[in-house]
Amino acid sequence: MLYRIRLVIDYVFARPTGAGRQQFRILPANLPGCQTVASETVTFAPDPQERQVFDDFYGTRVVQAVMPPGLTKLTVTMQASVIRRSAPPEFDMSAPLADLPGQIALIRDLGPEAPHHFLPPSPRLPPSADIATFARSATANCTTARDVVQAMGRALHAEMTFDADATEVDTPAETAFAGRHGVCQDFAQIMISGLRSIGIPAAYVAGYLRTLPPPGKPRLEGADAMHAWVRAWTGAESGWVEYDPTNACWVAEDHIVVGYGRDYGDVAPVIGMLRLDGSQKGSHKVDIRPEGEG
Amino acid sequence: MQTANTDPNPAQIAAIARDYHPPAATQDELVDARGEMRPVWRGFMRHLLALSGEERTRRLARADQYLMDSGVFYRQYGTAKTEGGQSVERPWPLSHIPVLIAQGEWQGLSAALIQRAELLEAVMADLYGENRLVAEGKLPAALIAANPEWLRPMVGVRPRDGHYLHFLAFEIGRGPDGNWWVLADRAQAPSGAGYALENRVATSRAFADVYAGMNVPRLAGFFRDFRDQLQALRHDPLARVAILTPGTMNETYYEHAYIARYLGFTLVEGEDLTVAGNRLLVRTVSGLRPVDVLWRRMDSAFADPVELNQQSRIGTPGMVSALRAQGLTMVNALGSGVLETRALMAFLPKLARDLLGSDLLMPNIATWWCGGAAERQAVLADPGRMVISDAFATGLPYEGPLQGLAASGLATADLAAKLASEGPRLVAQEAVTLSTTPALVEGRLQPRPLSLRVFLARTAQGWQVMPGGFARIGASPEPAAIAMQNGGNAADVWIVADRPQPAVSMVAPPSAAYRRVTPGSLPSRAADNLFWLGRYVERAEGIMRLLRARNIRLAEAGEAASPLLAAMDPLFESLGTKPDTGVPAGLLSTLGWAISSAGHVRDRFSPDAWQALIDLNKTATRMAAKVTPGDDAARALSALLRKLTGFSGLVHENMYRFLGWRFLTIGRHHERAMGMAANLAILADAKAPEGALDLAIEVGDSVMTHRRRFSLQTSRVTVIDLLALDEMNPRSLRYQLDGMAEQLRLLPEADEYGMPSDLTRAMLRLHTDLATTRPEDLTTQAIWALRGRIAGLSDLLTAAYLR
Repeated sequence: MLYRIRLVIDYVFARPTGAGRQQFRILPANLPGCQTVASETVTFAPDPQERQVFDDFYGTRVVQAVMPPGLTKLTVTMQASVIRRSAPPEFDMSAPLADLPGQIALIRDLGPEAPHHFLPPSPRLPPSADIATFARSATANCTTARDVVQAMGRALHAEMTFDADATEVDTPAETAFAGRHGVCQDFAQIMISGLRSIGIPAAYVAGYLRTLPPPGKPRLEGADAMHAWVRAWTGAESGWVEYDPTNACWVAEDHIVVGYGRDYGDVAPVIGMLRLDGSQKGSHKVDIRPEGEG
Repeated sequence: MQTANTDPNPAQIAAIARDYHPPAATQDELVDARGEMRPVWRGFMRHLLALSGEERTRRLARADQYLMDSGVFYRQYGTAKTEGGQSVERPWPLSHIPVLIAQGEWQGLSAALIQRAELLEAVMADLYGENRLVAEGKLPAALIAANPEWLRPMVGVRPRDGHYLHFLAFEIGRGPDGNWWVLADRAQAPSGAGYALENRVATSRAFADVYAGMNVPRLAGFFRDFRDQLQALRHDPLARVAILTPGTMNETYYEHAYIARYLGFTLVEGEDLTVAGNRLLVRTVSGLRPVDVLWRRMDSAFADPVELNQQSRIGTPGMVSALRAQGLTMVNALGSGVLETRALMAFLPKLARDLLGSDLLMPNIATWWCGGAAERQAVLADPGRMVISDAFATGLPYEGPLQGLAASGLATADLAAKLASEGPRLVAQEAVTLSTTPALVEGRLQPRPLSLRVFLARTAQGWQVMPGGFARIGASPEPAAIAMQNGGNAADVWIVADRPQPAVSMVAPPSAAYRRVTPGSLPSRAADNLFWLGRYVERAEGIMRLLRARNIRLAEAGEAASPLLAAMDPLFESLGTKPDTGVPAGLLSTLGWAISSAGHVRDRFSPDAWQALIDLNKTATRMAAKVTPGDDAARALSALLRKLTGFSGLVHENMYRFLGWRFLTIGRHHERAMGMAANLAILADAKAPEGALDLAIEVGDSVMTHRRRFSLQTSRVTVIDLLALDEMNPRSLRYQLDGMAEQLRLLPEADEYGMPSDLTRAMLRLHTDLATTRPEDLTTQAIWALRGRIAGLSDLLTAAYLR
């Protein structure tokens, strides 16, 4: 499927702000075999003083911009064409849960794909007893890692209410879970915390979701903003799989990956130091449609 | 020294032995297993024992006096119980008896630590480079991946000069077998070298004569070589070397300021710095200036809030970008904290063989990372001599739990379960047994546990070991009592050589061509603090003068003075003070702000001036508790005014007339002008009560001058002439504006492209207006207008230089 993606980030500052360094993780990833970026542009208004693109530790492309002082408005526009292919695996080749620790220990690698990064607690995801309890009961009858991922995702989807106003970007996963509500970021982080608690390495995936569903299918939640889901390591043979707990589905060609990290903090779309003297208002708008539509 | 080989007289030795009982099954530095004094100590002890009790007390007091005079302190973090969770500055706890180590032994120890420094450099290069150690199974991936000090953004970032580590410290202790062991590696941003220098100065003052005779190598050469190396690491000869401190609330801020002053480097905080075009720049009053080498004294993760810890409020956005582009050299490279990981010590002995091809010359304390099954078995086999703690802890062993597992009451089955479930997060280490060294406790030598911090710097000749170190001496025989936060003491370390040592100092050798170094440009934050220090000190003086005048009148006239006292109320209000008590809270908080401003620029200050300010504050606080309004308060305030004049004198007599001094002076003039304008507007107003004009003259410290210049009756015109317009009166408005104009003219870029800046223009206009005013034209309204314009100068100055 060929998608055209358009993301517009708008900031309005109540007072002129000082010079600021910003990092944007908004470019779609190139993933051998399943995702290819055909074209892309990022534009800033006003123009930044400096601008670079580099790959971070996890391979996510980062656009870094230093904005001039005296900023009252900032608009960032990203446009890309992305080819996304996906064949969901038909057989469960994943490891029995009991075999995972041994298989992980055998991996002598600290590269970005190594499962070791994604098993220990991470800055935004300290261990949570409540989530761990929920994860254990939701996956009690599962034997393979892949079973666990699906059972956990489905249980979470059934347990939680999608609510765009219930949580903030910094709400801890445990708090969102206690309220049983949140957005894709909360769903994903709770599921990651749960999977880690039962020994499955799990990563946070930031990306985009097609805005309009294919004919006859329901519209998916989270399509009008950047989306997030979960990547889980299910054994030496089957490796990484991706699951979207907000929509209770395996990730296929409706999802476009931007990058991976241990939690939201590693792959937040905007990290920055704009000095906020006064209040600021920001908005994200995303539009993704298959080539030829709309 | 010749006498070093002569034994002290046997009676004295016997006296020591009677009182001095090292614990069983440990080593003691002073005496051997048979209770005989080790040869290295004999000269020193002979000297010490020859001193009368009185003389000894006097000498120790000399060391303490030095530490007090130079303002050495450390910050102790309070517990909820003791300090309400606040941290406080504590006087430096010096244990006066130095630790003596023979040069022969020291050489072996130095070689071992240099080997360890090279090992750490190799491990660091691998962890932030190819990760071959993990790929080859020599380090477990899980130990690194879960480590909060392994900073992923730094992976693949090559240091510009090829080295990750430039300054290290090792905490070592002597075990029961007499050998030295490494207790902890300090690679993040080791502290203590500056304190070691201060310990040396203080201790050598107490024992000047014996010190001179014992061939103890000086510490200055080590610092000189490291300073030269940091200078040499610059690529841009016009750029500077700076020391990055987390700020005044840090435990070891004193040392950061001290080392910056000692080495002549700029002390900066994260917000002083900015990154542009991949270069690191410091904001100064002359604009942005490049920093090419940064000696980091804060933990890595705080250095950059964009790429590292996003919660950091003390970092510099873009620091990692600048390092990635090799725009500067950082000492040590970001991420070096991973080398302090306690569990890493389990692997270093084998890594030494793999990476260096040789065994460690000095072992580290036996360590087992409990992520491995074999290691868990080893721990379970002999839990009695183990201590279990967090695998990723970076603290010193005696800062963690010290209790052996046997004593902790944990059943073997529970321990096995704990190890199985939390293994990768746990480390087991052999319980620490430290040697003891003599300390003077209530006049007697007593054995106290010792741990030693040794410093290594990478110089042009390679790793160099500081000949000496920072010794910690326990407050009690318990090893835990050694941490300074628990009341432990610090001591100097003397390496005792057989032959005289060459004299070294920080001053360049005579062969080097003399070059006059212009002081570097002043960081804006330092300028800001100096400006405000000038203002607060002057404000405190203004408050004191007004208060004294008020209390004199209260004492003399009582209620009859009330119209005049009421007239003063708005003046106190403008200074943020209520004159309800003898020494009111508003004065104390003004002094507190002055100290806080001064605290940020201690590297630019004489210790004497700092001490004077602290002393003033202490006296004021003490007086506030007991002074009563009236005559008592008037006298107290006179005493405080004299102390404050002492501080001002120290600053103005001793401070180098460069940029820093200019900002301090501008602040002082500014505040004095603001205060005088308010005094005149209120007290010289036509409607002011009887006696207000005399009060204005008194508060303006101009009684004598007024009497001499105007023999006639005090009138509004004479007061305005003397206190507003007289250019010869150091209290007059005119004098303050003259002074400010003079200093502003000398600031960098007072002109922009040949045109006077907004600040210069405003200053000139104000100055001209006042200089051409006649006393009778300076109405109350005109004075208020003038005061508003003076206040505006502060904003213009801030916009031009202080942001």
